[in-house]
Amino acid sequence: MIINHPILGPRDAQEFVYLGDANLINRPDGMTAGIEAFHDYLYNRDNPAGAHRELWYHEQGDRSWLVVTRNTLTHEILKVELARDVAKAQGRSK
Amino acid sequence: MANTWKSLTALGHEEAQVVAIGPYQITERCDVVLASLALRRGQDAAFAAAAHKLGLPLPSASTHAAGPVFSAFWATPEMWFVEADFASHEDIVAHLKPAFGEAASITEQTDAWVRFDVTGAPLAALFERLTNLDLSSLPDGFASRTVIEHLGVYLIRRSASAVVLYGPRSSAQGLLHALEVTAKSVI
Repeated sequence: MIINHPILGPRDAQEFVYLGDANLINRPDGMTAGIEAFHDYLYNRDNPAGAHRELWYHEQGDRSWLVVTRNTLTHEILKVELARDVAKAQGRSK
Repeated sequence: MANTWKSLTALGHEEAQVVAIGPYQITERCDVVLASLALRRGQDAAFAAAAHKLGLPLPSASTHAAGPVFSAFWATPEMWFVEADFASHEDIVAHLKPAFGEAASITEQTDAWVRFDVTGAPLAALFERLTNLDLSSLPDGFASRTVIEHLGVYLIRRSASAVVLYGPRSSAQGLLHALEVTAKSVI
């Protein structure tokens, strides 16, 4: 599987470490969001057959976190973004 | 009797080693210091000015650039590795920090890495067995982190027949072994 890194171009998936659902970026505020939201964040994952947004870490490369949109049925990679760009677009400071 | 302290190279010798296998030469280098240099958020202008003052190049992604005193290669967005001469810049952070001040986070890296210069014949046949990078299609001055065996290394292409590797110092012997075994299988 080849991941098309937004800065470095096509790189072998062997260089990356998989973390999981990209929703991990959206951690609720533990002080205000309530136990249900935090439980959901911690334990519940969607398991879609199709497009899935996931976090990958380019450990043996530039060590950036990526948000990769992958089709879980075909392993086709539909989109690759820097995770910090995704977080910034959602209004995060870093 | 006073103790005399003598530093050892990454391979555990008093002098840097040179290994010749067929046309290839693998040279351990102990005369280069290394530091990582990371831009602090919002300090872009001060950072660029300090680098300019030092004559320190800040190459774009996947690139190595040489300067009069400092050379640098790109590591990740807003972070570079800086190289300088060991004899004159052993404490490299003391040379960089006064210029960058609060604009950068600087970490000495010299003894975290072992450097091997691989030279001799064209190296594409050797490195296509060692890494994912296609050395023959890459430009001179290309620099990237990659994997050799199980080790994360920085690879810099100087020319078709000269490559610089920075690998983890604690695995210096293992990295050299990988290079030696592969070189022997290629010749």
